Amino acid sequence: MIIVPTINLTMAVTVAVLYAVGFYLLLSRSLMRVLIGVVVLGHASNLLLQLAGGPPARPPIVGTDPAAMADPLPQALALTAIVITFALTTFLLALGYRSFVLVGHDEVQDDVEDRRIGRQKADPVGLGSDEGDGDDSDDSDDSADSGAGDRVASTDDAVEATATGERERP
Amino acid sequence: MLALVVAHLVLAGLLPLVSARSRPAAFAVAALPPSVALLWAFSQTGPALGGGVTESVAWAPALGLTLSFRLDALALVMIILVSGVGAVILVHSIGYFDRDSPQATRSAALLLAFAGAMLGLVLADDLLTLYVFWELTSIASFLLVGQGGERRAERRAAVQALLVTVFGGLAMLLGFVLLGQAAGTYRISEILADPPRGGLVPVALVLVLLGAFTKSAQLPFHPWLPAAMVAPTPVSAYLHAASMVKAGVYLVARLSPGFADLAVWWAPVVVVGLGTMLVGGWRALGETDLKKVLAFGTVSQLGFLMVLLGAGDRTAALAGAAMLLAHALFKAPLFLTVGTIDHATGTRDLRKLSGLRTALPGTAVAAALAAASMAGLPPLLGFIGKEAAFEAFVDEGGARGYLVAFGLLAGSMLTAAYSARFLWGAFATKPGVEATVVHHRPGALLTGPIWLCAVAGLVLGGAYVLVDLLVMPYAAAYPDEHGYHLALWHGFNIPLLFSALAIGGGLLLHRARATVDALSHHSPVDAQRGYRSTVDGVSRLALVVTGRLQAGSLPVYLGVILVTFILLPGVAAVVAGQWPADQPVYDALVQVPLALVVVVAALALTRSHRRFTAVLLVGVIGYGVGGLFIIDGAPDLALAQFLVETLSMVAFVFVLRRLPAHFTERRPTWLTRLPRLLIAAVGGITVAGIAVVLSAARVGPAVASGEFVRLAPEGAGANNVVSAIIVDFRALDTVGEIGVLFIAAAGVSSLVLATRYDTRRKRESGREQVSSGQSGPDHEREVLG
Repeated sequence: MIIVPTINLTMAVTVAVLYAVGFYLLLSRSLMRVLIGVVVLGHASNLLLQLAGGPPARPPIVGTDPAAMADPLPQALALTAIVITFALTTFLLALGYRSFVLVGHDEVQDDVEDRRIGRQKADPVGLGSDEGDGDDSDDSDDSADSGAGDRVASTDDAVEATATGERERP
Repeated sequence: MLALVVAHLVLAGLLPLVSARSRPAAFAVAALPPSVALLWAFSQTGPALGGGVTESVAWAPALGLTLSFRLDALALVMIILVSGVGAVILVHSIGYFDRDSPQATRSAALLLAFAGAMLGLVLADDLLTLYVFWELTSIASFLLVGQGGERRAERRAAVQALLVTVFGGLAMLLGFVLLGQAAGTYRISEILADPPRGGLVPVALVLVLLGAFTKSAQLPFHPWLPAAMVAPTPVSAYLHAASMVKAGVYLVARLSPGFADLAVWWAPVVVVGLGTMLVGGWRALGETDLKKVLAFGTVSQLGFLMVLLGAGDRTAALAGAAMLLAHALFKAPLFLTVGTIDHATGTRDLRKLSGLRTALPGTAVAAALAAASMAGLPPLLGFIGKEAAFEAFVDEGGARGYLVAFGLLAGSMLTAAYSARFLWGAFATKPGVEATVVHHRPGALLTGPIWLCAVAGLVLGGAYVLVDLLVMPYAAAYPDEHGYHLALWHGFNIPLLFSALAIGGGLLLHRARATVDALSHHSPVDAQRGYRSTVDGVSRLALVVTGRLQAGSLPVYLGVILVTFILLPGVAAVVAGQWPADQPVYDALVQVPLALVVVVAALALTRSHRRFTAVLLVGVIGYGVGGLFIIDGAPDLALAQFLVETLSMVAFVFVLRRLPAHFTERRPTWLTRLPRLLIAAVGGITVAGIAVVLSAARVGPAVASGEFVRLAPEGAGANNVVSAIIVDFRALDTVGEIGVLFIAAAGVSSLVLATRYDTRRKRESGREQVSSGQSGPDHEREVLG
């Protein structure tokens, strides 16, 4: 087996480009592009696994001189990785297809619930303020100005009303 | 001792069965275990006041965890509060709760469980055992204050009590661990016998004090205690006057003999205790709810106890232990009096109560007895304790002694003033207020316990020798300088003058109550506001952090991950790694054209706007990588790569038939593309750089690979080493891989079949297409409003 396993410059550049392209596609909003990015990243990783074994050499078949033989272990690992990449690709493909059928496009949308939390300014728990002991005058939803905080407050009121058995005042 | 504690808890679990038949009976049954505990403790008085009674049960011996218990003088005093007063209050509860009260079932079981936990706390001789019971009492308090959680005030008070005490409890746990590690043992008696010094011990002590201060409602954590007064009055009397809030004081009393010589221990205790005594007493003078008056009075008294028990002086410790007993015996009956008045008249607002002195004469006398003990009037137990307290600090002299003595004098004036205010508010006939109507007269069950406690205070005042005997073994932990003993009469001396001044000053303050009342509402700082803004601040911080981190955008998440990758392992590789000196440009000439194809295809991929072109380019990359595998001497890999690539292309084409030819994504502007480009490019370079640095760092051939090559022919019967590894040496990997394939196949088929099912159903019913909700414009409108 050869002991100088430094990855050569050509291969290093190839790996760098493949990873960069994979990352670039992964960061886009089109599900299909993300999927292609995953595939490219898969190729890059498999190549890197194989390169880690060392420079080109004879195939690891018994009978070859062990000193001239390529390292078989990274090859076995890369083989497993190739098959799993394939499984992942087909699953993502089916997922993208299903998403397209349901939504009519294949874009990755932002999570609106998360965006609502990001916009929220009010105290979400309501533990801090204890004005208005017993009655719920402090955060009644009469002031129907739009805003995410009000939704939470009014939910709280609804819970309150159910818990105390009080009907909401008109 | 463990059996007693467990008996409390088990019986508490069974109590709902009794409550289902009769609620009064449940309280009667609940009063039994504390009574038994008290009798047991009394039966052990001799050995307890001597060397102490110990018991130890191995819990996890390998970890050095034991449940250790010890009954000594201090524990005995505490058991009188916990089990004795507890039993009395449970008897009072029989009359307090209505027969059909929904709170009764829960309260009975929880009060008994609390009594068990508190008993465990005062008996614990192991820091960790103590901590477990400590938190159990916090939880019992939370549940008892919150009750059904139906009223907002109850919920808020319960949460506040829990947040404050558990925050302190966690700090205390940290302190315990530091202390235990420094001492090499968690046994309290062993730590006190040889208290550790230096190192992290001061930090540990401050943390432990934090726990004690929060639990005993010391400045600035005190607001939770008045807020907790929304609980039923027996609960307030038991947890928030007689026993649970004493846990912090107890902890200070327990550890003081070992640490009171350190300034980091006594200084905070004395300063915070004095401050709490004065602030609590002052606030009590402005309250109109009788229960709140008592609650602030309790805060004040807890501060007083802290000073006495943390000062590290024999006389002060004597006074503290006596006051511990006295406080339970006067504060519990006062609370029960409020409960009785509330029960009888339906109000406890001292502005509405009038003329109860004549309407409830028995209750009035008992309450007056208790209040007199609180004010420090002879010949009651409160007077004896207070005399000893003044004596301790007057005798100590010096700056500390006189400052504390005068502080205590001021605090005692306030105490006398709010004692008078309580009696006046509850029973006096006020001009201009019509006499309060008594709806139902309190029975013996309600008033009996009040009498019992109040008279006990009087009897023990007379039988001060007994109290002296009881608390002396605890105080004996400090050096004896003067041979002071508790007594009613020490002659005409400064402490007696102080006592007289306190009572006189208190009565004057009460006479000027209109002015005091007005003044006490002007406070520049409000601890409750501090609590509120802390909680608001934490919740707002959580919101900001969540809003930033949880942006809801997949590209942002991935970008953060990539940037982290670049910054952490990337920078580490640049800093620590070494670039190889003799990196070849290529190992085989054929690598260059193949690499060129792959690179060009990859770069073109980023520019393609048609889906089909993109898939074809991916195919070019895949086949190019397969070619590189051949050059590297990996024919198996190349074969697998070609097969998989071909299959993938087929799958892609199947799906692409249904999708639009172009990517639907909006064309990004340069401004949005630039960060993406930058992150991706730097990320790719980082990966390749790390790969080069790491591969160059290898110093020898892989040992495992050599063994695989050697063993392949005989061990696996294969000439191809790679196949030997896959199907034999690492067969489990392959099984897992097959599992992954199965799962993916199941996922793919279900997704495809679901689409087919939808289509068929749509065709049959002729309805609109199904929408999954998320990501739909309707959904977005609904959520964002």
